[in-house]
Amino acid sequence: MKYGTPVVLTGLGAFLTLLAAAFAQDTLFAQHMGLICAVLAIATVVLLRMENFKTAPKSADLQLEYMDTVIRYGVIATAFWGVVGFLVGVVAASQLAWPELNFGPYLNFGRIRPLHTSAVIFAFGGTALVTAAFYIVQRTCRARLWGGGLPWFVFWGYQLFIFMAATGYLLGITQGKEYAEPEWYVDLWLTIVWVAFLLVFLGTIVKRKEPHIYVANWFFLSFIVTVAMLHVVNGLSMPVSLLGTKSYSAFAGVQDALTQWWYGHNAVGFFLTAGFLGMMYYFVPKQANRPIYSYRLSIIHFWGLIFLYIWAGPHHLHYTALPDWAQTLGMVFSVMLWMPSWGGMINGLMTLQGAWDKVRTDPVLRMMIISLAFYGMSTFEGPMMSIKTVNSLSHYTDWTIGHVHSGALGWNGMITFGALYFLTPRLWGRAQLYSPRMVNWHFWLATLGIVVYAAVMWVSGITQGLMWREYDAQGYLVYSFAESIEAMHPYYVMRVVGGLLYLAGAIVMAYNLTMTILGKVRDEEPFASESTFNPASDKPLAPAE
Amino acid sequence: MESTYQTMRTFADSWGLLYMVAIFLFVVFWTFRPGGKKHGEDAAQIPFKED
Amino acid sequence: MSNLTQNILKKHSKLERNASLLLVCSLLAVLVGGIVEIVPLFYLENTIEEVDGVRPYTPLELAGRNIYVREGCYVCHSQMIRPFRDEVERYGPYSLAAESMYDHPFQWGSKRTGPDLARVGARYSNEWHVQHLINPQEVVPESIMPKYGFLARADLRFDNPEAHLIANRRVAVPYTDEMLENAQADLVAQADPDADWSGLEERYPKAVLGDFDGDPSRLTEMDALVAYLQMLGTLVDFSTYEPELNER
Repeated sequence: MKYGTPVVLTGLGAFLTLLAAAFAQDTLFAQHMGLICAVLAIATVVLLRMENFKTAPKSADLQLEYMDTVIRYGVIATAFWGVVGFLVGVVAASQLAWPELNFGPYLNFGRIRPLHTSAVIFAFGGTALVTAAFYIVQRTCRARLWGGGLPWFVFWGYQLFIFMAATGYLLGITQGKEYAEPEWYVDLWLTIVWVAFLLVFLGTIVKRKEPHIYVANWFFLSFIVTVAMLHVVNGLSMPVSLLGTKSYSAFAGVQDALTQWWYGHNAVGFFLTAGFLGMMYYFVPKQANRPIYSYRLSIIHFWGLIFLYIWAGPHHLHYTALPDWAQTLGMVFSVMLWMPSWGGMINGLMTLQGAWDKVRTDPVLRMMIISLAFYGMSTFEGPMMSIKTVNSLSHYTDWTIGHVHSGALGWNGMITFGALYFLTPRLWGRAQLYSPRMVNWHFWLATLGIVVYAAVMWVSGITQGLMWREYDAQGYLVYSFAESIEAMHPYYVMRVVGGLLYLAGAIVMAYNLTMTILGKVRDEEPFASESTFNPASDKPLAPAE
Repeated sequence: MESTYQTMRTFADSWGLLYMVAIFLFVVFWTFRPGGKKHGEDAAQIPFKED
Repeated sequence: MSNLTQNILKKHSKLERNASLLLVCSLLAVLVGGIVEIVPLFYLENTIEEVDGVRPYTPLELAGRNIYVREGCYVCHSQMIRPFRDEVERYGPYSLAAESMYDHPFQWGSKRTGPDLARVGARYSNEWHVQHLINPQEVVPESIMPKYGFLARADLRFDNPEAHLIANRRVAVPYTDEMLENAQADLVAQADPDADWSGLEERYPKAVLGDFDGDPSRLTEMDALVAYLQMLGTLVDFSTYEPELNER
């Protein structure tokens, strides 16, 4: 039996969720459990149909191969969630421009927005991270993934988490903490999956053939461990019933607020930064075909970044009822964070030292480089916005939204696209991508989309902030809140345009990747024909003696 | 309780700060120590060893 | 190099080669910040001001608050007025930590796509709220808020309110035994114009009483949400609050 354990697990899961649905204490729990049961039941049937009941022939020694099938699934899932997440983002942006597009209760903005943020951060970003971590840890440790079928459990378990979270949001099941919306039972499931992820990753490192642990793995390891810590502490809550959806957060008010933003900011710091830096430290050198600019800088980068990031959370709570000392700490550390962030950016960019022409000739590398540029931009903007005087204007406005999007679309999105373009031909054994020219199209669509989005949100955010505090000569507030909303309309429409451009780029990518997987090569003029390939130079530089 | 806060604050402004700076300087020194260069360059080659 | 430095360096290269050591050290590095910032909030007494009037939510308000959370209102509305002249003039006295001390979870929010709601209680009539929730654009033409008419059509399903109060008590909200015993009765009574409110008023001072959604015959989700909105920011009497005593 090839699928013995998975069949038992999904079948048992389907049965248990069916029981949970039957004995549910509230309607929402019954609906949610019913949905999960349906998915698990379908999975069981699919697995059984794929089953070959003959005894499998003794296969070759698997330890001599990398475990890549799960990574292929990961690449496809990442591209899929990317398109879905951006699409939901365009929907959310359109709802703010044209409120008639809200279709309550399931498709109101209040439920669509967590769906969008989770779809891009946890579905698109998270799947990309799991996939890249599995790929990189094997290559840099020169060892097959540890744990037998456990990597498959991590992949499918994580996809099930995404499904549970997403359907929960639409049904109205939420903890009400930003970026940590899933309810207690979904949180528990994620914890199990995450521990398995840690085990696979750590197990692979332990059995590595390379004496040194490559720096990308440091970043991945700290990302996995820290996210586990953040998720568990921030998710602590008291369920009303073990057969119901609702739970009450273990903390209240000011303590809950700081715990939440300690979590929230470090979701940025460790999920969207440390994890993606792990990708950067592998894919940029590989695509540029030269070692990282300074390995020693990467060590400083690592310890500086993880130590400083964890303090920065309170800058989300400037001028609130959080005690001043905590706000000041948060601000100071946020400003200091600028240094390791730029150290990392410089390290990545300088890897191209002496080979800058590759940016012109290699659209995939260009994608990775622009991601570093956006990383640098948003890690400058972030510390600036955490300064209390700036924050007094920017907080509560669209400026924040623009800031996170220049980071998420520019840095996380672009480096992930680069990684997908890197991985697809290699994983499916294709000599090249279907179309490098379409990568170029994707690059420009995405870049233009981000620029439009960020610029529009700056203007709308600052306008909003200034309108709210505008006084006339008599000392009265000039604008009502409603007037500030009216003033936002043109910007909200332009934001939809920016989002559409970005989405269009992702669809081009999805097509390009699909055709690459199918083994097609587009009949087109070679990209940057003036560059000639020189096999002699296509290898890493020997270390200087 | 005000005194607890003041004590912590004084500590953070003096010895705490000194301690953190010392750790930071140590990490920088260790990373850029003379013998570290070769080690770092070897490690940077890891991604290229596979193929 | 001295023996000591050589020793330390040897240990550090061990770190680079040992996965579990790397794991422990990076965990330690990330623990420091969280511990120093979060833990003192729980024991420094001046984190939360001493003010009179803040009380646990009535069962109906709690049910309304859960609907507020469910619909993701916090995505667009903050509940945290900052101590700036314009915010205090626009929304009322700046928010105190004490005012959200029973909020599990907190709902301070991070974005004002709509206005702050920390002191929206008692600003508008019940009818205004119901009308506005059903069709925001009819009341405020510039509004981009979604319509929430379905709340008025949905009967409130807050089965076993006592269990909800118990869950809150387990996370340190001071619900008394008397409050637990009367949870179901209080839930229904608060929105019933013909009910006897004496016990309810004693247990939950300043609770807003009476029918909220314009249909006294039914207890709807609209009743609960409006009951919650109408008490927001009304519990502390700012005419007697002295900020100098709570300098932080």
